[in-house]
Amino acid sequence: MSRIALTSGDVRRKDLRRRYVPIGSVIAACLLNLAPIVVSTPVVPDFAFMVLLAWRLLRPEMWSATTAIPLGLFNDLLVGHPIGQSVALWTTAFLLMDVIDSRVVWRDYWMDWLFASFFILAYTYGDWVIGRWMGSSADFGVLWPLIGASVLVYPVIARIVLVLDRWRLTR
Amino acid sequence: MFFGYVVAIGGVFVAGLLLLVAYLDPPGFGALRGVALDLTSPISSSGRGAVRAVTGGGSAVADYFVAARRNAELRQQIRSMRQRMLQARAIELENQRLKMLLGLREELTDEVAVARIVSSSFDSSRRLATLSAGSSSGVRVGQPVRAPEGLVGRIIETGRWASRVLLVTDGASNVPVQLLRNGIPALATGRGDGTMDMKPLEVGKNPFRRGDIFITSGVGGIYSPGIPVAMVVNVNKDTTIARPIADPARVDRAIVQHVFQPAANQPLSAAEPPAPTVPAPSEALRNEQ
Repeated sequence: MSRIALTSGDVRRKDLRRRYVPIGSVIAACLLNLAPIVVSTPVVPDFAFMVLLAWRLLRPEMWSATTAIPLGLFNDLLVGHPIGQSVALWTTAFLLMDVIDSRVVWRDYWMDWLFASFFILAYTYGDWVIGRWMGSSADFGVLWPLIGASVLVYPVIARIVLVLDRWRLTR
Repeated sequence: MFFGYVVAIGGVFVAGLLLLVAYLDPPGFGALRGVALDLTSPISSSGRGAVRAVTGGGSAVADYFVAARRNAELRQQIRSMRQRMLQARAIELENQRLKMLLGLREELTDEVAVARIVSSSFDSSRRLATLSAGSSSGVRVGQPVRAPEGLVGRIIETGRWASRVLLVTDGASNVPVQLLRNGIPALATGRGDGTMDMKPLEVGKNPFRRGDIFITSGVGGIYSPGIPVAMVVNVNKDTTIARPIADPARVDRAIVQHVFQPAANQPLSAAEPPAPTVPAPSEALRNEQ
C-alpha cells in the first residue's frame, strides 16, 4: 500500500475515513444488537457502549458530550430500550468523563481499564434502575455475570478500537 | 465549548423527560418504535436460520457425550410421563363432565398469527424478543404468545411486520398459574436471568416440589388456561425457582393468540353510578306498618 495519497480522490477518501470511522464503528456496534441471538440470560456485553467508551478514553479530544445524544437515540430505537435511556446514560457518562479528564493528571492502561470498569458498572446500574422504573422486578444480582464479562472483554474492545484508530490515521 | 455542555446537559434533561413519558404512557412512541422494529427485524430474521443450525449442531455433539446419563433420565421421565398421562386423561374426563354440568362455554382462542422469534435483548436487565409478525397479520399489543411447548410471553410493541415480546422471564412479567398436580394457584414472576419465581397465593409452608409443572390458570383473562409455563428446578424455604418449559432460544414457531377474555385487555373504566334506589312499593308499605 502506498503511503502517499496520489490523487485528490485519495485525499478525499482518507479524509472521510479519518472523520467517520469512530462514529461508524459505534453505529456498527449498535447494529450488533440485531444479531439473531436469542438468549435468556444477560451475559453478552453491550458492545455499543463499550466501543464508545473505548473511543472516548483513547481520544478524549475528538468527542464532545453532545455526540452521545444522536448516537444514544439511534441505539434506543434499535435495541428497544425506552426512548431516552441510552441518550441519558451515554451523555451523562461523557460529561463525567470530561470531569475526570480535567481532574486526573496522568493516565495509563490500567487507569483506563479502571475507569472503564467503573463506567460499565454505573451504566449497567443505570440500565437496571430504568428497567425497574419501567416495571421490571429483576434483581440486580442477575447482572453481575454481565458486568464481569464486560469488564473482562473491555481490553479486547480497546485493542480493536486502537487498531481502527491506527488504520484511520494512516496516510 | 461551554455551549456544548449546555446542549449536552439539555440533552440529558430531555432524555429524562422522554423516559418520564415512557413511564407514564408506555405505548407513547409506539409508532416511531414500530417503524424502527420493522426496519431492523429483517436483518435479524435472515441470520437466524444459520445461528439455529449452529447451536443445534452444538447440542447434538453435547448429547452424544452424555448419552448414557440422558438415556437413564429419559427412561425415568417416560415412566413418570405415562403415569401423568393417565392422570391427565382422568382429569380431562372429569373436566368434560363438570363443564357439561355447568353449561360453560369457553371463548374462542384460536391463533392470530404464527411467526418466528428472530432476536432478543441480551445486554440489559430486560428480557425482550423480536417476533417476525406485526400488525399487518393482526398482532395487537397485549396478546399472549405461546409455542407448541408452552407459554413464551406477551406482545408489548407492534410494528407492521414485526413485534416485540415481553418474555415470561422478564421482571415485569406476571403470569397467573396453577400447579398441574393439584391446582394450587400461584403467580409466576420473571427474574430477568432466564428463570421465574413462583409465588404461592396461599400463606404457609412452600407447597412446591422440584420437578413440579405449572400451567396457566386463566385468571386475569389474558392467557387462556392450560398452557404449560414452567418447571420447578430449585426449591428453597420461601422461594421457588422455575425454568420456562418453552425456551425462546429453541422455539421454532411462536403462536400469537387472541386475548383469552378481550375485556381484560381494555383500560379500566369508571364503574357506572348505582341507580337511585327507590323503595319498592311493598317495602314502603311494610315500613309504614
